[in-house]
Amino acid sequence: MSLGPYTSFITTSYAVVAVVVLLLIVWIAIDYRTQRARLRELEASGVTRRSGRGASELG
Amino acid sequence: MTLIDLANPTRFLSLTARVLPWLMAATAILLAGGLYLSALAPDDYQQGATVKIMFIHVPNAWLSMFVWGVMSIAALGTLVWRHPLADVAAKAAAPIGAAFTFLALVTGSLWGRPMWGTYWEWDARLTSVLVLFLMYLGLIALWRAVDDPSRAARAAAVLTLVGAINIPIIKFSVDWWNTLHQGASVLRMGGPTMDRAFLIPLLVMAVAFSLLFITLHLAAMRNEILRRRVRSLQMMQASQRAA
Repeated sequence: MSLGPYTSFITTSYAVVAVVVLLLIVWIAIDYRTQRARLRELEASGVTRRSGRGASELG
Repeated sequence: MTLIDLANPTRFLSLTARVLPWLMAATAILLAGGLYLSALAPDDYQQGATVKIMFIHVPNAWLSMFVWGVMSIAALGTLVWRHPLADVAAKAAAPIGAAFTFLALVTGSLWGRPMWGTYWEWDARLTSVLVLFLMYLGLIALWRAVDDPSRAARAAAVLTLVGAINIPIIKFSVDWWNTLHQGASVLRMGGPTMDRAFLIPLLVMAVAFSLLFITLHLAAMRNEILRRRVRSLQMMQASQRAA
């Protein structure tokens, strides 16, 4: 596959999209872990939901 | 399961736990297929190999408007139906929509330099998409500026519905004004004008990016529900300590 004289524009476009999409995925994954860890800490300190279910349970 | 069942955040969390792995797999497969088809696509007789930039630029541009549409429906859900997950959906979508809009601007710019001879032109399409990007940033700032999620939700919903006026302006800017940007070549009366060699990779990439949005949006909504649980437990903890 030859991209001719436009190689730098095409590869930069795909690289920027890859980086931004990866950053979104990593950001959402880290946020998920952070919220789960906070919920577990709160449960460990004795705070519970009114429903009595574990707050860090997914459901 | 009906929409009303999903109004229960706990039920929504259990649904996302089941659905997300399948969505992730489908997104990865379609993205890989779309990239493969994009690599195989021939050069355009006018654009040369830069037509490959279209396969990522167009899906991001479509999604930049689609996500605002999703947020507008969620805004109605907040203001009219008071659906418990409406503002969760709106808040979770904003950063993802901002990212897609940013990518549409950057990839369009990188295509414009070799084809138009400039990275940027203050024409109607480019300027209205830049305004959309700034509105996304404004919404994100608004969500972060107000501590109480329900108060922030109402203000953000009003701003989202006012901002929705920009979506038809973006879509029809190429018809209403004389712009450098080309007119619609896929979503138009009379069908697409694009050759199948370019249309198929473009549509596969569009479906792949749409699935990517659904996957990221559900995951971000799940995070937002957990964040609100943390907030309410922290408030309970603070009130127990004060008592």
